[in-house]
Amino acid sequence: MDLFADALPALGQAWEMILQPAVLGYLVLGVVMGLAVGVFPGLGGIAGLSLLLPFMFGMDPLMGLALMVGMVAVVPTSDTFASVLMGIPGSSASQATVLDGFPMAKKGQAARALSAAFTSSLFGGLVGAMFLTMFIVVARPLVLAFGLPEMLMISILGLSMVAVLAGRVALKGLAAAGLGMLIGTIGEADAGGSLRMATYDIPYLTDGLKLVIVGLGIFAVPEIVSLLRQDRAIAKEAKLGAGWGVGVRDWFANKWLSLRCSLIGVVVGVIPGLGGSVVDWIAYGHAVQTTKDKSNFGKGEIRGVIGPESSNNAKEGGGLVPTLLFGIPGSGSMAIFIGAIALLGSGDIEVGPSMLRDNLDITYSIVWLLALANVVGTLLCIAASGGIAKLTTIRFTYLAPFLFMLISFAAFQSGQNFEDILALFTIGLIGIFLRRFDWSRPAFLIGFVLSNPVEKFSNQAFQIASFRFRSSFQEGMDYIFSPIVIVLLIITVVSVVLGLRQAKSIMAEGDVKAGSKRAPLVFLLIIMAYVVAALINANMIPDYNLTDKIVPLVIGGITLAALLILLVQMILRPETDTIFADKESSGEDADAPYGLWPTLAWFGGLIAATWVLGFILALTGFLIAFLRVRAQASWTKTLIMTAGGLALMCVMAGALNRDFPPGLLQDVTDMPWPLN
Amino acid sequence: MTMKKLAISVAAAALLAGPALAEVDMSGKTIEWVIPFSETGGSAKWANFFAPLLSEELPGNPTVVVKFMPGAGSTKGANWFQEQEYDDGTLIFGTSGSTQFPYLLGDPRVRYEYSDWVPVMASGTGGVAYLNPTDGEKFDGSANNLQDIDFIYGSQGATRLDLVPLLAWEMLGMNVEPVFGIKGRGDGRLMFERGEATIDYQTSSSYLGASADLVEQGAAVPMMTWGALDENGDIVRDPTFPDIPTFKEVCEATDGCETSGEAWDAWKAFFVAGFPVQKIAFLPAGTPDDVRDTFTAAFDAVRNRDDFATIAAKQVGEYEVFVGDNAKRATESGTTVSPEAKAYVLDWLKNAYGVTLN
Repeated sequence: MDLFADALPALGQAWEMILQPAVLGYLVLGVVMGLAVGVFPGLGGIAGLSLLLPFMFGMDPLMGLALMVGMVAVVPTSDTFASVLMGIPGSSASQATVLDGFPMAKKGQAARALSAAFTSSLFGGLVGAMFLTMFIVVARPLVLAFGLPEMLMISILGLSMVAVLAGRVALKGLAAAGLGMLIGTIGEADAGGSLRMATYDIPYLTDGLKLVIVGLGIFAVPEIVSLLRQDRAIAKEAKLGAGWGVGVRDWFANKWLSLRCSLIGVVVGVIPGLGGSVVDWIAYGHAVQTTKDKSNFGKGEIRGVIGPESSNNAKEGGGLVPTLLFGIPGSGSMAIFIGAIALLGSGDIEVGPSMLRDNLDITYSIVWLLALANVVGTLLCIAASGGIAKLTTIRFTYLAPFLFMLISFAAFQSGQNFEDILALFTIGLIGIFLRRFDWSRPAFLIGFVLSNPVEKFSNQAFQIASFRFRSSFQEGMDYIFSPIVIVLLIITVVSVVLGLRQAKSIMAEGDVKAGSKRAPLVFLLIIMAYVVAALINANMIPDYNLTDKIVPLVIGGITLAALLILLVQMILRPETDTIFADKESSGEDADAPYGLWPTLAWFGGLIAATWVLGFILALTGFLIAFLRVRAQASWTKTLIMTAGGLALMCVMAGALNRDFPPGLLQDVTDMPWPLN
Repeated sequence: MTMKKLAISVAAAALLAGPALAEVDMSGKTIEWVIPFSETGGSAKWANFFAPLLSEELPGNPTVVVKFMPGAGSTKGANWFQEQEYDDGTLIFGTSGSTQFPYLLGDPRVRYEYSDWVPVMASGTGGVAYLNPTDGEKFDGSANNLQDIDFIYGSQGATRLDLVPLLAWEMLGMNVEPVFGIKGRGDGRLMFERGEATIDYQTSSSYLGASADLVEQGAAVPMMTWGALDENGDIVRDPTFPDIPTFKEVCEATDGCETSGEAWDAWKAFFVAGFPVQKIAFLPAGTPDDVRDTFTAAFDAVRNRDDFATIAAKQVGEYEVFVGDNAKRATESGTTVSPEAKAYVLDWLKNAYGVTLN
């Protein structure tokens, strides 16, 4: 293959192009901007790149690429701050990191978790770049080998991680995943456009719920509310334990895990159409399955941080393959990236099949700019981690109002609707109760994330398979059971069997004691009511749109069966059984000085006030009231902190050219920014 | 005498100053160009391409920023724009075929009315359909030999732009089974490359970017373009692909396909809305004429830049950019279909795919 003869010189040229002071300068600039945007949950690469777009027109291609790549590359690194320190999944890339990273922060090991995460990110990024350098010239036929059945199998493999994360009562995990999938089907169906649990009278629902909102609602809201009720610092006793050096040593001790997860990341990232949402769960599942003592997972196991963090930066590199070779963006930020490349210089870099032939040097430059950006970003993050980790020693009551502010803003950015914030609150409520009654939240989220891919790929693969079967049985079988599918099938079965055996020792919510029968039973019945409603709703879709109803019906049916078995078990078993786990009966939540509803009312109050007054005015009132009444801060402190919070919001929104949620007041009056 | 002189000079000065005073100065302002799609789609690319050029040509060089308001297949943003009134000329709204089609088909979510808005610029694209090599051999300029083959096509949905190719193939008597639910034409091309789909179409720029490569390698055979419109509104060969026959030519050569009658009229109406007049930039209802003229002049200056053809080719394709009255005419032809054409398409959607829009 003469490509190899071309590859080495092109690689040399790429390095020559990168190693110019101006290019490196732009790279660092991009990295710094990416870090600034990335530490805020829910913003990430898309917001940052859209900000850069106007400058790309006619810019020197290399400088422009350096700036953009620098920005995109560090988002999966910097979002780790929010997931580890606050339990807020900053982006879909860091959802699995929350599971063990946040418990570590609670133990006062935030700096250790951060530095292990960053080192893993760095290593993952480098492994990804190296793998790509060799792989990219031969990638095309291999990528084309992944058809719809193969992608369906990868989605199912991701779904099988539910088995590992199901918690102590496997059926509850299964039901949680089913519920997540059903909630993922809300809205207009991709295939036939039928509405599921939605109506055109509420246009918001027809688009379905956004991952950012569900991620924040399921993980961040329950944790913020719980910590706020306990009125303490995130790190128990407000002390910081092990420092960043320990984290680096932790990574070194687990370097092989890190390497394997990096490879998982880059390989899954290469497949177009799946994106990054499954990668970190597969990596987390792998980390669990290859750890002998599983008792610490969910309570602050360092391997649970290293696994997903190694994979998510490697995935960014892998994602370049579909983006550059096929012109098919693997993520939202990659889509903007493609658009921006055409604006660069005289516009002669054309993303697509000709990229390798005509612009191999540019391709390699992008791969290695990505790797370099990882290095720069990681060093900056590690340098900052010790200081930022101190946030976990602050009394949480001072942090909470700002976190409510940030997650509301982040949720609003996903769709620019007031309903986004309402949805965050609703999903947050579900999250709070899933947590309270020990229903696996990761299982719920995996179900939600994979709902769309599973539905889409199974429908499409089924259609094409039936077409092949019509021409001949052999052709149909060859299509469905390709070697890749068979291998993935075996991995899935093994991982489910192992996972179920191991799930009992992994307590993502800690050891939750059982309480009375009534509350858990009521919650079960509420879920069951929703599932039944969703089933009836799906069944009403006419049969010619079978593609739109089959998945909700099957998933709903399985979920309902699991719930019915649970119901029988709940009736039969004594109230000390783990099935009745309830955080309000004993433990931190039960002993908390503040109740759930008064605490949640603060968040509800912010949302209600926003509806009337618009976000900025509501936020001003909320911050002052919260700090004075709940935190009992002095007037001076209250005003300084309120001003600080407002300034942060305005600077961020102003710089990124984002709007705030308007209220009724803004409908009748005309006010200047940021009040409008 | 002196008084008269004075009066004349005052009048002359007023006449001279008149247009100067009326001229719109936008320095220091920020113009928001709202598109009802996410940051990642083709409309984002289109608006981002024009935004900096527009800024250079508008008097006072205001900042032009692109804002995204995605939702409900762009009907959310369009409904929002319908509520907006002219304020100070700092709002532009961009629509695409995906905004026009629900409007033309009477989608219940549509609460906007194109004729209320003030079009200042419209631009279009073309499309090319192509076949897999095996079936491509049977293509002889007519679809006569393709009529008993079952094709698979990766489709975004029958009520989207895909309506145009699906209806065209149907009129040619071809049996094309759409696999619905893909997210973009790029995914459709990938499906074709993997051999899962056996027929595909791409808009001009994507065809040039990727599919033309497949043709070169012998992995695809071009079948037809949708064509382009000449000044009289007739379909002629697409200037970007002068060697590929249009659907009209293929239809004429194919037994049973008519280039007149209700099917043809319906196809043509939706083709015009979806391709030659695909993207339109609007000012809100109630915009005064001088502001409209300022924007028209700015877009006119943009398309007359020396390098416009080169830079536009990569971004929006080598197609005409309409401004002023031409944009208005283009908008009218792109946003009106006869009741018969609409009824025909609605009926076909229901019978062929079970799709109803209520």
